Amino acid sequence: MSESTATKERGATRASRATAAPGRSRTRLIVMAVLLVVLLIAPLYVEEFWLRTGFAVFGAIVGAIGLNLLVGTTGQLSLAHAFFLAVGAISYTYVSGESGGIGIVKLAGLGLPPLVGMIVGVLLAGLAGLLFSPIAARLRGIYLGVASLGLVFIGQHVLNTWTSVTGGFNGRAAPEFSLFGFHFANQDPLLFVAGVEFREAERLWYLGLFIALAAYWFARNLLRSRPGRALQTLRDSEVAASVMGVNVQRYKGRVFLVSSMYAGLSGVLYALSIGSIAPESFGLEVSIQYLAMIVLGGLGSVGGAALGALFISAMPLVFQRYADVLPFVGGAGEGGLAAGEAARFLYGLAIVLVILFEPAGLAGLPARFRRRGRDPGGGAITEPAAAATSSSTTDVPSDRPAQGSST
Amino acid sequence: MTQFLSLLLNGISLGAIYALVALGFVIIFKASEVVSFTQGSLLLLGAYTTARLSGPLGFWLAALAGIVVTALAALIVERLIINRLRGAPVISLAIVTIGVDIILLTELIRRIGSDILNVPHPWGGKSFRIGEVGISQNRLIATLVAGLLIAVFFAAFKYSSWGVAMRASAEDGETAALMGIRLGRVSALAWMVAGALAAVAAVFLVGAPTPGVSPSVYTVSLRAFPAAILGGLDSTGGALAGGMLIGLTESLAAGYQDQLLFLGRGFGDVVPYVVMIIVLLVRPSGLFGTKELTRV
Repeated sequence: MSESTATKERGATRASRATAAPGRSRTRLIVMAVLLVVLLIAPLYVEEFWLRTGFAVFGAIVGAIGLNLLVGTTGQLSLAHAFFLAVGAISYTYVSGESGGIGIVKLAGLGLPPLVGMIVGVLLAGLAGLLFSPIAARLRGIYLGVASLGLVFIGQHVLNTWTSVTGGFNGRAAPEFSLFGFHFANQDPLLFVAGVEFREAERLWYLGLFIALAAYWFARNLLRSRPGRALQTLRDSEVAASVMGVNVQRYKGRVFLVSSMYAGLSGVLYALSIGSIAPESFGLEVSIQYLAMIVLGGLGSVGGAALGALFISAMPLVFQRYADVLPFVGGAGEGGLAAGEAARFLYGLAIVLVILFEPAGLAGLPARFRRRGRDPGGGAITEPAAAATSSSTTDVPSDRPAQGSST
Repeated sequence: MTQFLSLLLNGISLGAIYALVALGFVIIFKASEVVSFTQGSLLLLGAYTTARLSGPLGFWLAALAGIVVTALAALIVERLIINRLRGAPVISLAIVTIGVDIILLTELIRRIGSDILNVPHPWGGKSFRIGEVGISQNRLIATLVAGLLIAVFFAAFKYSSWGVAMRASAEDGETAALMGIRLGRVSALAWMVAGALAAVAAVFLVGAPTPGVSPSVYTVSLRAFPAAILGGLDSTGGALAGGMLIGLTESLAAGYQDQLLFLGRGFGDVVPYVVMIIVLLVRPSGLFGTKELTRV
């Protein structure tokens, strides 16, 4: 997480970190390698619920990294992320879905291969970001935040009314993914690896893992490149940036483009994870959840965004699943908190506490422990692995995680 | 013509309510440089308290209690959180208020559940007619009260020592502090006033023609956001103008929705945001906002 440059407190530790870098980067490398291996073999051991949750998390990670580029790295507050997610998800569903009708609702679809749908989804989301960027580039800080709020509501309106494409209020089913004839479904072709049948959940897991890794890798490289440095300068001081020769307007536009492309991809993954899209999945609350992810993880840190995405997106699903075991959390109408409510309380509280006490977020915790002279292993990094493996103890089969309805 | 006039009248009354909430945003922003996303749930808190207490206490006491509770809640938020974060980046401050908003809103929605709580306004749901043009009495009273409150506020802002202190600290916090103005107190008061204004708006917002207190009141309050922004976040007069503009366009768009059908049903709900984006395209700091100058 050395790329996170965020806040002033961290500036002090940076110098000391640079001197101790070689040893730490090796530990870091080992941790990453172990994590990767664990993630790769997880589908052989882990039950379906966790694989599906994992896929939802991978999708959220992509979206969170994208938002973090915009908010954390460049300092442009955006509440429009849900809108760009929606553009990606709808484009995918429209391009790859079949025409047809459910009852009186006539649905249009182009029926093109899902890969084309995915690419079109990403491109259209990017285009939407690009179209919004002239506004974005003119507005500063908080004005942008509220203007982008408008996009979410306009998006909701379009989703509800443009029935032939979006399915209207009730939404429409998203086509399953396939890649050159290989279907990410329960069969076609049947697939066994090491005696484990690879069904939809297992296949999607690898798809999500691959895309999330690619998104992570791209963002890290971007931040270390010349444009990445330019974006960080832009956050710290627009004047300084323009004096250094950074074209402020153009960079703001570009970061909006990249961020919304990330969001579009995340939206496609979301559609695949839920299996359908509906307006309620792309409301203001979703934007706020993504904001919570990057604040919790640490503004400006790619790894932090991934961690934040893990917590915020998996929490309601896990709460729902273990409602009867967890204290305070009960099923709907049984007293106690519903899973969605409990999750919302927790992440609302997390936002407040993080900003009050640890502005660098989860990504800043290892540095804080190091300052106190404790073990620098970075316990936080191994968290996803722990979450994935600890699940093998339960054996109840499960359905798709119902994200939209969890709230 | 009658339809137009009555839409106009309703738009103005709606605009007056929006202006109250928008004024809250502006006061808070001027005093503490925070864009408070908490305003929506504070509004709902005011509505909820009033509705719950109006059974045992009667409407007037309940409304008073609602206003006091909301102002206190705003004060607590300011003291516990915002005050500790003085000097933090604007974005962090906005995000922290979003966090508070999530917590408060979740609790309120949980308490309200799927019920619609009624607030028994003494003036009931009757409507007031001038010839063919009609408006609900609730909205008419809301317009008058809002107008009165806004006038009082402007007077206080201009002449009272609190108003002077607040304008001074908004102008240049450091100099104001050196002159002996207690920024913390100014900011705390601003939050309380904003909370109280939101609660007053809430009391009227849950009366006719709206059915009562339900979580959807919150989304109505979110439309005051564009009002504050398009007027200019640091302009009190702008909040008033923005509120009126949003109220009128929303009322007209909803009223002529049959003619606007190509934009889809329910376009009235989004029109505030469309107006906001258009205005911001032309004037990035709102209609009456101070242009940000950068000196190198």
